[in-house]
Amino acid sequence: MTRPELSEHASPAALPGTPVLEVDDLHVEFRTRSGVVNAVNGVSYSLAAGETLAILGESGSGKSVSAQAIMGILDTPPAVITGGGIWFEGRDLLQQPAEEQRKVRGPGISMIFQDALSSLNPVYSVGYQIGEMFRAHRGMSKKDAKARAVELMDRVRIPAAKSRVNDYPHQFSGGMRQRVMIAMAIALDPRVLIADEPTTALDVTVQAQVMDLLKELQRDTGMGLILITHDLGVVNEVADNVAVMYAGRIVERGTVDDVFSDPAHPYTDGLMGSVPQVEAKGGRLQPIVGQPPNLAAIPSGCPFHPRCARRRLGAAAAPGKDCAADVPPLRLVVPGREAACHYSEEVLGV
Amino acid sequence: MTDQQQADLRHDEVEAGTQTVLAAPSIDVTNARQNSLWSDAWDSLRRNPLFWIGAVLGLVFVLMALIPQVFARGADPRACNLANSNQKPSAEHWFGFDQQGCDYLANVVYGARNSLIIGLLAVLVVLVLGVLVGAVSGFYGGMIDSVLSRITDIFYALPLILGALVVLRSGTIGRGVVAVAIALAAFGWMTAMRLVRSQVIAVKSSDYVAAARAMGASNRRILLRHILPNAVAPVLVYTTITIGVLIAAEATLTFLGVGLQRPAISWGLQIENGQSLLRTAPHLVLFPSLILTTTVMAFIMMGDALRDALDPRQRA
Amino acid sequence: MGRYIARRLLLTIPVLIGASFLIFAMVYALPGDPIRALGGDRPLAPAVVAQLRDQFNLDDPLLIQYVKYVGDLLQGDFGTDFRGREVLDTIEQRLPVTVKLTVVAIVFEAVIGIIAGVLAGIRRNGFLDNLVLVSSTIVVSVPILVLAFVSQFVLGVKFGWFPIAGINDGWYSFLLPGLVLAAGSLAYVARLTRTSVAENLRADYVRTARAKGLRNRDVVIRHTLRNSLIPVVTFIGADIGTLMGGAIVTETVFNLPGIGRAIFDSVQAQEGAVVVGIVTLMVFFFIFFNLVVDVLYAVLDPRIRYD
Repeated sequence: MTRPELSEHASPAALPGTPVLEVDDLHVEFRTRSGVVNAVNGVSYSLAAGETLAILGESGSGKSVSAQAIMGILDTPPAVITGGGIWFEGRDLLQQPAEEQRKVRGPGISMIFQDALSSLNPVYSVGYQIGEMFRAHRGMSKKDAKARAVELMDRVRIPAAKSRVNDYPHQFSGGMRQRVMIAMAIALDPRVLIADEPTTALDVTVQAQVMDLLKELQRDTGMGLILITHDLGVVNEVADNVAVMYAGRIVERGTVDDVFSDPAHPYTDGLMGSVPQVEAKGGRLQPIVGQPPNLAAIPSGCPFHPRCARRRLGAAAAPGKDCAADVPPLRLVVPGREAACHYSEEVLGV
Repeated sequence: MTDQQQADLRHDEVEAGTQTVLAAPSIDVTNARQNSLWSDAWDSLRRNPLFWIGAVLGLVFVLMALIPQVFARGADPRACNLANSNQKPSAEHWFGFDQQGCDYLANVVYGARNSLIIGLLAVLVVLVLGVLVGAVSGFYGGMIDSVLSRITDIFYALPLILGALVVLRSGTIGRGVVAVAIALAAFGWMTAMRLVRSQVIAVKSSDYVAAARAMGASNRRILLRHILPNAVAPVLVYTTITIGVLIAAEATLTFLGVGLQRPAISWGLQIENGQSLLRTAPHLVLFPSLILTTTVMAFIMMGDALRDALDPRQRA
Repeated sequence: MGRYIARRLLLTIPVLIGASFLIFAMVYALPGDPIRALGGDRPLAPAVVAQLRDQFNLDDPLLIQYVKYVGDLLQGDFGTDFRGREVLDTIEQRLPVTVKLTVVAIVFEAVIGIIAGVLAGIRRNGFLDNLVLVSSTIVVSVPILVLAFVSQFVLGVKFGWFPIAGINDGWYSFLLPGLVLAAGSLAYVARLTRTSVAENLRADYVRTARAKGLRNRDVVIRHTLRNSLIPVVTFIGADIGTLMGGAIVTETVFNLPGIGRAIFDSVQAQEGAVVVGIVTLMVFFFIFFNLVVDVLYAVLDPRIRYD
């Protein structure tokens, strides 16, 4: 049902099916002793079955926090969800009692994390930890759960699953550990899988294997995949659509091919210029100048304006489009593409 | 390892390189790192009420040891009148009188000096023994380490009070202030040794020491300029707490009848004397106990606060 | 694992020999002539003195005395005191008292310490956390000597809730001394547990457990406490050996006829054979429980492998 990899243009609207997950104007802040940190400031997106949505951004852009808000695993306090909705299968999870939210985690939405070594409990065997999914949500016996764990380990292609089911996380290699995490996450056939930097901690060759596995599982099950990453290469290879986040907001959204080939936001443009590309041999890499924003004191107007080469301030700006004063809304720039920049048309060159 | 530590290490490697190549005299890398550690620690200490309570109590205790006559409200601890025997505390005599009819406040106050001297002296010997044995053991490793570690294990297996009890009872070193301090140190240095040894081993295998070594720094220089400064923080925490522990141990030994002897003035002796009068004159045990506890607490609080300040991982 | 235990046992031997020789040397350097002291006011006949000195090898050089002593020890002979009483009898009679005291102390330490630490660690900076933090600082600071007297006076004399001394009330006699003996370790266990729980609650694998949709009870018990208690359990294990050797003050103040009290009495009476025998036994216990803890560590934490 999803388009094949590396296929040509397909707009988000062209994707079949109703959304399985909709995030609507989500706001999260951290209330610490030294002040309030605005980590997520009005993020909205939707995910269809079988779709892979990449959320791209620097550390501190709010991409992981928004994912943890969806999972309901933010540490509260200090984190507080101050507004918005998370709609899953027709219900707003944020309005559900804690017990209902818990029941969604695993069979409905599940998540894998960056560092599988620290994300797996060192004192339990991997079989126990995978089997826990069946015991907690299906009330299975310990023995049956372990048998299912072996099946899952086979499915994520861990060699000699049967003999390794009682091994502990530290006895596996990095790639195999991430497979264990994946096995755990897909155990109950979730509708949505959130992968938070799933390959960042791995060697390059292993990265590709793990991503291939994720794609294959997605094809088999039709689950929606949210891929949180700062790795443009990974996004390019596996995602259908991409949302670029900056300072807790989505600043650009569209299909991967569109966004990558022709960015509509100066920040995205900067990101594309800061990584080496095979096609552009000999060119110089252009780092984005300045520092990522301090979320306790987000710049007025467009949060990116202090680092933006295209900013227009005061008299140079069009009315109501002063980059330092007016917050640019996320708007449709061209069909299938949204961006939060007053001057996206210039960036696109249309 | 925290990012900060990692950054520090990298900084050290770079500095260690420049130092030798450019023959820059003495901007010691370890100093720079230590400076930031200590100024951070001081910032954190300043904001810790525990530290201030401990410091004020500790200061009172030290002043009491230095100028007891001020705290004793003019009373002479040895001017006694049997007519006053075991009198309860009053407005005139805050702590009452002991069995011999001596002013008890004066006696308790004058007891601070012996406690302080023994505490400081014993901890000094503990440090000398611990740092020396620990540094040698950790730095040279191999056979030397095995032998020294085994010897440490032997002492470690004997409880402090027990070992000191037997040494003091044997009478070979007497029963004075110095003897008690030495007996305590003889069975109390092992933790310091293990602390220093593990620090030395940890730092020895770090990259910046390898870099310094590659640049031809001598053993002595590596040990003195790179390794020992890193052991200072944990040893300082340990030392502060240990002073309190040793002061308590002195009182215990004296109470058991193998520490200080009359006419010396000591909290342990006062508790021992008061013991049999617990029912009729509980203040005789209460006051020295209270002040002994407060003193020990002062050092433990300061040590706790220091640990929180010096160990960034423990910071909230 | 088996090889590790064997190696550790082997390493134990020099420590055991060293510690017993150390105590032996110190004890037999005690001044005064114990044999003459035995006669009291009436001097013993020279022949009797000579015979006693010979019986206790008092005229041999120290090292020879020690070798003879160890030789006897290896055959299960702890020797006799100067009054002809078997040291082993003394140990058999005294050890149960100390064991009971230690058991009571360890139970207090484990139960109260762990519960307090867990409650404090789960709600960090809450009321209970601060209470545990402050009270553990105070308890750690009170010398056992002071604690023994104060509790004896307040709970025993004033309120009469507990027996003041002796062991005539069965286990009940051991409650107060046990609590006193445990106090310092109890405070330490509470702090250790608190730190460990608070640290583990922030661990990535606890976040994973939440993301798996486990019940909160399972997240806390299985994925936080199970991990947090590893250092606590090992500390408590090692503390058994420490407490058995540290009961001198408690047993003296509460007048419990255990081995701590026996050591104290024997040091005073210059009964070398008793002191050396009991101390050697205590060192053995200390080393034994430390070994048990090392093995326990590997059982509790699969990452630890000694081979």
